[in-house]
Amino acid sequence: MIKLFRFLKPYGIPISSIVILVFFQALSSLYLPTLMSDIVDSGIINGDINYITATGGLMLLVALAGSICAITASLLSSQVAMGFGRMIRSAIFDRVSSFSLHEFDKFGTPSLVTRCTNDITQIQNVMMFAMRMVILSPLMCIGAIIMAISKDKHLAWVIIAVVPVLSGAILILARKGFPLYQVIQAKLDKINLVVRETLIGIRVIRAFNRIENEKKRFQLANLDLTETAIRVNQIMALMMPVMMLLMNFTTLAVIWFGGINIERGFTNIGNMMAFLQYAMQIMFAIMMATMMFIMIPRAQAAAVRVNEVLATDPEIVDPEYTKPFENKKGYLKFTNVTFHYHGAEEPALKNVSFEACPGEVTAIIGSTGSGKSTLINLIPRFYDVNSGKIEINGVDVREMTQETLRSKIGLVPQKAVLFSGTISENIRYGKEDSTDAEVQHAAEIAQATEFISDMKDGFASLISEGGTNVSGGQKQRLSIARALVGKPEIYVFDDSFSALDFKTDAKLRAALKKETADSTLIIVGQRVATIMDADRIIVLDEGKITGIGTHKELYQTCEVYREIVASQLSEEEIA
Amino acid sequence: MSAEQRGQKGAPGGSFRPGGGRPGGFGGGPMGGPVEKAKNVKGTVKRMLVYLQPHTTQLTIVFLFAILSTIFSVLGPKILGKATTRLLNGIIGKLVAYQSHQPVPSIDFKYIGTIMLILIGLYIFSSIFTYIQQYVMAGVAQKTVFDMRRDVNDKLARLPLKYFDARSHGEIMSRVTNDIDNISTTLQQSLTQLITSLCTIIGVIIMMLTISPMLTLIALVTLPISFGVTAFIAKSSQKNFSAQQKELGDLNGHVEEMFTGHKIVKAFRHETKSIQQFSEINDRLYSAGWRAQFVSGVIFPLMQFVTNIGYVLICIVGGIYVIKKKIELGDVQAFIQYSQQFSQPIVQTANIANILQSTIASAERVFEILDEPEEIPERIDAQRIESPRGEVKFQHVKFGYKEGVTLIEDMNLEVKPGQTIAIVGPTGAGKTTLVNLLMRFYEINEGKITVDGVDIRDLRRGQLRTMFGMVLQDTWLFNGTIKENIAYGREGATDEEIIRAAKAAHADHFIRALPQGYNTVLNEEASNISQGEKQLLTIARAILADPAILILDEATSSVDTRTEVYIQKAMKELMKDRTSFVIAHRLSTIRDAELILVMKNGTIIEMGNHQELMAKGGFYADLYNSQFTGAYTDEQAV
Repeated sequence: MIKLFRFLKPYGIPISSIVILVFFQALSSLYLPTLMSDIVDSGIINGDINYITATGGLMLLVALAGSICAITASLLSSQVAMGFGRMIRSAIFDRVSSFSLHEFDKFGTPSLVTRCTNDITQIQNVMMFAMRMVILSPLMCIGAIIMAISKDKHLAWVIIAVVPVLSGAILILARKGFPLYQVIQAKLDKINLVVRETLIGIRVIRAFNRIENEKKRFQLANLDLTETAIRVNQIMALMMPVMMLLMNFTTLAVIWFGGINIERGFTNIGNMMAFLQYAMQIMFAIMMATMMFIMIPRAQAAAVRVNEVLATDPEIVDPEYTKPFENKKGYLKFTNVTFHYHGAEEPALKNVSFEACPGEVTAIIGSTGSGKSTLINLIPRFYDVNSGKIEINGVDVREMTQETLRSKIGLVPQKAVLFSGTISENIRYGKEDSTDAEVQHAAEIAQATEFISDMKDGFASLISEGGTNVSGGQKQRLSIARALVGKPEIYVFDDSFSALDFKTDAKLRAALKKETADSTLIIVGQRVATIMDADRIIVLDEGKITGIGTHKELYQTCEVYREIVASQLSEEEIA
Repeated sequence: MSAEQRGQKGAPGGSFRPGGGRPGGFGGGPMGGPVEKAKNVKGTVKRMLVYLQPHTTQLTIVFLFAILSTIFSVLGPKILGKATTRLLNGIIGKLVAYQSHQPVPSIDFKYIGTIMLILIGLYIFSSIFTYIQQYVMAGVAQKTVFDMRRDVNDKLARLPLKYFDARSHGEIMSRVTNDIDNISTTLQQSLTQLITSLCTIIGVIIMMLTISPMLTLIALVTLPISFGVTAFIAKSSQKNFSAQQKELGDLNGHVEEMFTGHKIVKAFRHETKSIQQFSEINDRLYSAGWRAQFVSGVIFPLMQFVTNIGYVLICIVGGIYVIKKKIELGDVQAFIQYSQQFSQPIVQTANIANILQSTIASAERVFEILDEPEEIPERIDAQRIESPRGEVKFQHVKFGYKEGVTLIEDMNLEVKPGQTIAIVGPTGAGKTTLVNLLMRFYEINEGKITVDGVDIRDLRRGQLRTMFGMVLQDTWLFNGTIKENIAYGREGATDEEIIRAAKAAHADHFIRALPQGYNTVLNEEASNISQGEKQLLTIARAILADPAILILDEATSSVDTRTEVYIQKAMKELMKDRTSFVIAHRLSTIRDAELILVMKNGTIIEMGNHQELMAKGGFYADLYNSQFTGAYTDEQAV
């Protein structure tokens, strides 16, 4: 948490103003009881009405000043706390944006999302609370103790006795109660899980006639949650009464022992009444401080997670000096590329070498886990190779900016990802300044025009977040159009036709063939039938190339390839 | 001087809402977010009361004790004032005696002591009552919510699939979880708080009147100001909080989208633009955020000031009255305490009013689920098919999902036991419709479907569905062990039967390769096994269930080649001697099928075997040529 305080630096002036304002706010709160005791001691006992009115007027002014200070402080602290949150959020988002896939793998995407949203909100909320209470509580506490003792030092022991009891009681209850709140949360999550599963699997559940089963499962989770919730609330039910009792007993103690002191002539009645108010102020401040001790550890966990992100440097950065390109377009060359994922025992790719030129189709095939997607991910430098090199147009990908590199590549990923926005915005993602005609042309080739024109607003139709309002096949076609619109030198299709039915698939491939005649194509495929006519087929098995060649060559020489073919095609089709 | 007031303000119990349902900051942050309103408040409240009815006794105790504890704590200051008065009188007595050189009398500690004892008793009782009241309420609130959750879940089991298909899971989830949570916290905290607050306000006014009507009037002057301030701030706070919530939602959406799509963002070089967009939303969040925080934070100093006005006025007027001997000093002290006790319940009441509104809206949404029309009840004289053979007939079936939009018009189909029916068509042709009708997930509009000659509507749904086995592409497995997932096919299956089924499905091998074998727990997204392995498990599940009729989905695009071989073998094994409806993608399956149904846009457009359909030269022939033979023409190979 403390590490994050560096983000408070630009707020030096507002924060010092807050401290000063809060100081005056505390002073005014502390001064009021003294004035009241003056009314009692000098006014009432002496019967001086003028004194009472004058002091009363003064009290009003003091209260007003205190309120103004408090409101101004509240304004400033709202801005500081929210500004603090804004800066951390920005810092994290910038940092994450510069991360390579390695860092994404390391943290996990959902975790990064949480760190950038909920964690920061939590830190920000604690900051807000801290701005209001952390500054005020100690000032009030110390001030009230000084004032109380100056009013009646013989009563100070009452405060000394009650403070540890009070903070102890709160801490014990909180220690017992708060972990249980987390247990409740976990059990709520369990119920949610059961409900979600029932909703997703509703057809299966009904098909297998297991409704009663699911009911039982839910009921168990429900009962479990209810029992815990009852227990927690029963424990927390103690909190209020205990605190009220302690405060009330303090009042009684002050009056009783104050009375005795008055009898002995140590003090007078106005002082005792002021002391009583100071005692309450002290206890209130202590309660707030105790709450801080409970809240800060919770924000601490969030702060640690946020700091982890901020302390992680992206592995892939642009080179300081870039190398100029040779006069080539669309040449891709892998030379002895070996790649390890962090922490993996075996390399995901071993000594991979091949070359691809414009106008050529290079297909990559292999079973799951053979390294197909890994190979694809190396081309736009999502990861850096461990040894060997990847060159584009004769230049190592590490010797050009990521921007330049990626502008040459049109990637269509395995999982089609769309963003919220219109269809044309999504296609334009591939090239921001493309004209309407270009967008339409790309959609045409991707076989997307038909379903787009079926939609209510055509190209202006909105895609919802995560693209939930279009089907898997439609998503793939849009993501292909997105890659097409930029007219890149190298196209990379990572198993991107899987959700298309055969007819659309065939049409799309025919259209693509014409469109991409001058580009280099890299295609990852699952079905032999769709890649068997490629200029070059690369067969991957456990990260190694076990064969490169055309369908015919490989079918004769490559064992793994034959195996794959045999599993997919019937005898007559292979011929 | 204001023990009760401070006590309430500081109590974290009042502000802590598990699950973080409502925004509003800390220390009992007074204002919640935007308030939704229920359409039918009266009806909803009445139904809520029905849920509370079984707990009438406990609720009476809760209310009684809430009132008692409030009365006791309201009595406190007045009695305490008596002690102060006696102290002052003692001092003045001393002073007078001192001036008139008489023996100085001592303060009447016996009297004060008695008062102290009374007060100790009073406070202890008040605290005990508060404790009991909250303790009992915990049970009442949670049990009520328990009942609601159970009822909703039971209801979901009786709703037709139509209901689920028409709504997003998120929407239903939110009613079962968030809305019910909301009700739970309100019952636990706000209901008794409302009673206590109202009692306190009334009690304090009564107590003040008994001391001095004139001072009461002065104290009450501040009351309309308090109400005004609270109402004003509540309103603008709601506006600001909903603005903040909106920006926060936008921001989370953006982060979620950019981080999940980070590969695309990078590939298309959109980092700078995404950062720029983020920082715009972040700025908007900042300005909405600090306003919301400020407005909600300002209520405390404002109320404090209003309270202080009352406090000072009472000090002045009270002081003068004491001098004029109209009232006692202790009364003034009591009055100061009372006037300070005022502000807290007022803020609370305003706050609770909002909370109650949103709770009623929540309850209404929950009741809406309970009011949905259910599945047509089973016939009491339902028939049974003892050993089903798997003969299926569609006779003049007419069906549409929406009223007036007919999807299937007069469908006739006769399937003999053991036959294979291939269903083909472009993606999204509505092949699930057939599943929906066969399994009676949806009701047909006209005609009838029979299994072994019995109308499926004359069977119990359970019996009908156990005759069918389903292996669909979107495999559904639940968060449990592999063994449990396979055993889902048949209740009470033995371990040997499970293993035998797994072996028949070619799943045994990969299961044993897992660290915990059959006891491996599938995680929430079942991401610890591959897609193909999941399919093998669902096949094993179907094999164990041993149904007479099968519904299979063949698409296996994302499965690696070796697993695919296993899946094919397993499916073949499964289809042996069973009537099978196959959503087919594989050439061999289609060609070998006894009957092919060609579907387009949800309707069956052609029907017949391969030769017949090819001869017809219609949509199927077209599809067949482009799908399979087309794969080998020059043009196709990209």
